[in-house]
Amino acid sequence: MIEPETVLKVARLARLELSGDESARLAVELGRILSHVDRLEELDVADVPPLMPATGGSDVYRDDATGPTLSVQDALGNAPDTSDDCFRVPKVIDDA
Amino acid sequence: MTAPWPSIDALAASVRSGERSAAETVRTALKRISAHEDLGAFLHVDEARALDDAQAVDRRVGAGDDLPLAGVPVALKDNLCARGSPTTCGSRILEHFAPPYDATAVARLQQAGAVVVGKTNLDEFAMGSSNENSAFGPVKNPWDTTRAPGGSSGGSAAAVAAGIVPVALGSDTGGSIRQPAAFCGTVGLKPTYGRVSRYGLVAFGSSLDQIGPLTNRVSDAALVLAIMAGGDPRDATCSNDPVPDVVSGLDGGVEGLRVGLPKEYLGDGIEPCVRQAVATAAQRLAADGAEVREVSLPHTPYAIPAYYVVATCEASSNLARFDGIHYGRRAEAPNLSSTYERSRTEGLGAEVRRRILLGTFALSAGHYDAYYDRAMRVRTLIRRDFEQAFDSVDLLLSPAGPTPAFRLGEKTQDPLEMYLADILTVAANLAGVPGLVVPECVGEFEGAALPIGVQLMGPMWSEPTLLRVGHHLERTRGEMPAAPTGGTA
Repeated sequence: MIEPETVLKVARLARLELSGDESARLAVELGRILSHVDRLEELDVADVPPLMPATGGSDVYRDDATGPTLSVQDALGNAPDTSDDCFRVPKVIDDA
Repeated sequence: MTAPWPSIDALAASVRSGERSAAETVRTALKRISAHEDLGAFLHVDEARALDDAQAVDRRVGAGDDLPLAGVPVALKDNLCARGSPTTCGSRILEHFAPPYDATAVARLQQAGAVVVGKTNLDEFAMGSSNENSAFGPVKNPWDTTRAPGGSSGGSAAAVAAGIVPVALGSDTGGSIRQPAAFCGTVGLKPTYGRVSRYGLVAFGSSLDQIGPLTNRVSDAALVLAIMAGGDPRDATCSNDPVPDVVSGLDGGVEGLRVGLPKEYLGDGIEPCVRQAVATAAQRLAADGAEVREVSLPHTPYAIPAYYVVATCEASSNLARFDGIHYGRRAEAPNLSSTYERSRTEGLGAEVRRRILLGTFALSAGHYDAYYDRAMRVRTLIRRDFEQAFDSVDLLLSPAGPTPAFRLGEKTQDPLEMYLADILTVAANLAGVPGLVVPECVGEFEGAALPIGVQLMGPMWSEPTLLRVGHHLERTRGEMPAAPTGGTA
């Protein structure tokens, strides 16, 4: 089970806003999904390693060489607000 | 009724020989997009650009370029980047996003002469099994417009099934190519994880996602895979190993092949018509010299819970980038923190928010070991199931889903019920192995005549075998009728 307060806490971590109604509804929905997920506890996995890397391959290396990258103009092209080759954001200082 | 497309190979050959131009081929696809607008399969079409690109292909053909996909119209699921074209992922948060680069898979198809004609509808950020989670409306199944096309590559499957394009690309994180292929009666291939570069595919579950083709026939899927596959310095998870020839061995038959029927995939809850389709396919393989036996994938009941932990954890991390700052929609808010929260809350749909919350919860302090770590261990068990099965058989034959296409609206009230529909496809993604869906027959389900597909799964990198066996099933099946293409809506 999961409490509505926990849902609200997780929503803050995920940078999502929830109303009181939504957190109550999501607590029920997520609780149902998690009780299905809890079936995983039936398995003894103490001696089973996690699947890492995901599909068993080995690390891939490349030469540490420079190459073409996106231009600043392209990288900023989709930003809602920019200034002097930078992303512009709202005030941060009173955000603590 | 729309005339079916010839094979991609024949289509490209006719453009190379000058029998038809790329421009007129692309015009045909564009006309079909307009004629089938009611299906909701496409989100963006840029006719002028498609025709420009087609004329460029005609010039290359005229200059003697030997293009294996000359003039072939291709549709892209709208989570694949094509430079300068809108790429919304079916989400409000990316409504006005146009990427400044091409996905590697897309660039390779274009280099081979294919022409992008449009971007197809999908469940938002590829999260869904019915295409009903798109912010821009659902797609209708061309076989029965009251039914779902499957998801999340529902637009791509419907576009191919309705005869609009000969090939569409999709992405498959837990069945998102194979299940819609089965629902719409097309071929759908999820390659081995690492066979096709994911560069330019908007990430959902990075250890699960693969790009693959949806086509009318297996040989078309093989040709498209051959062109997309292979190492890419921009995707470190993409294998640099040489790609085996997947095209020339298609007629090799099935003599001596060992085929496993996983018993957990044929148990309770599988519709009789689906079970019958698998049995018929198995009988044909046996009659043609294959040895068919039952095998077990004992951890199958744990695939859905493991998948919905791994996929949502990875999604919660991947989707953190949608913050209203770097690209996409920004909500007006007084400070940075509330800008993030409002932009994401207004821009992301209910299912995407639900999965982000689930993944964030499973990764949060105190829960990581119980959920993510445990799911990744169970993932090892699921992979071992496949490895053990492939000790005694060359590939597995199974259904692609418990039922043919379900009705629009049927499962939208209950997220868990929708998740459970993915039970026969998610294990391949968890294990990394390839899966191919091939239409087997048209069956009756709830009074409707609907296509039924069968799924082949093989060991890592076994695409040559999968495609050869899929091609054999298709060749020995007889003609599949075309979809009625939604003319009754």
